Amino acid sequence: MESNQQALLDYYIALGDDSLILGHRLSEWCRNGPFLEEDLALTNVALDFIGRARMFYSRAAELEDKGRGEDDIAYLRDCREYRNFLINELPVGDFAFTMARQLMVDVYDMGFFAELAQSKEPMLAAIAAKAIKESRYHLRRSEEWIKRLGDGTEESHERVQSAFDLLWGYAAEMFEMSDDEQQLADAGIAVKRSTLKQNWTSAMHRIMKQATLDIPADNWAIGGGRQGEHTEHLGYLLAEMQFLQRSYPGQQW
Amino acid sequence: MNQQSLPLFEIFIRSKRGLDHRHVGSLHAEDSEQALEYARDVYLRRSEGVSIWVVRSSDITASQESDVASFYDPMDDKPYRHATHYKLPKEVDNM
Repeated sequence: MESNQQALLDYYIALGDDSLILGHRLSEWCRNGPFLEEDLALTNVALDFIGRARMFYSRAAELEDKGRGEDDIAYLRDCREYRNFLINELPVGDFAFTMARQLMVDVYDMGFFAELAQSKEPMLAAIAAKAIKESRYHLRRSEEWIKRLGDGTEESHERVQSAFDLLWGYAAEMFEMSDDEQQLADAGIAVKRSTLKQNWTSAMHRIMKQATLDIPADNWAIGGGRQGEHTEHLGYLLAEMQFLQRSYPGQQW
Repeated sequence: MNQQSLPLFEIFIRSKRGLDHRHVGSLHAEDSEQALEYARDVYLRRSEGVSIWVVRSSDITASQESDVASFYDPMDDKPYRHATHYKLPKEVDNM
């Protein structure tokens, strides 16, 4: 396989990993939501992300052409082979934490998929066109929740503020490009993520200001997800998610 | 969050252009904007509609069981008030 073909395959898998891991985290709210309507809404969002992962993985499996399918990519890789941003693998925490993370990801996704929809790789552009419609809705939800929580009670304000304080440094890696990715971007295939930071920051500031929240200081940053270096949390997530396929290989619905 | 404190909303959905909105159920939400979003998630996941109305249940004034006699019965002995009372000319298939 040519090197740019390998880079494209890695790109599909990394994007699939972001979607799958966050989708799995959101699915943990199923039957644990704060009330019935929100439980349904959160798990609908989870399904959107898992649907995206399936599209990215299926295309990756086709490109690779080694007989692997989407399930093999999702269920038979270990931590170090996962390429998702760390922010997606952090445990759900309380509802404020889940929504703060969701807002950061949704704002990012709006910028990212708008650019990816212009990709010269037709399948990437097609997935992005579908994803952006979903993200517009996700953002509408997370933005409203952050305003409700931030400008709500003393307790909700404090919880959502401390969630952003804990999450802020995880944003940095969303805008750091690898060399392979830069080459794909130069070829008009990948998104130059570094250029998304300015819009992301100003959108976050606008929303958080309306929510009466303080913008955390940019004095720490953590990354490594795209290089396969993860937090301790991903292993536990994969253990649960992959248990069935590992115990009963090839099991199907 | 205590669900008991969230107001109830009635949800109406128009399934196709040209049809009327129909009552499909109710749900709890903080305000009408949020009710609209939950209506989408609870009732519209499989593209069942093109438009949603939400109405605070407490804003609906409903007739009471005890009103039945005075509200509806008087119509029963005046059949000429119903379209079905009249015989249509053959040329008119349906009305």
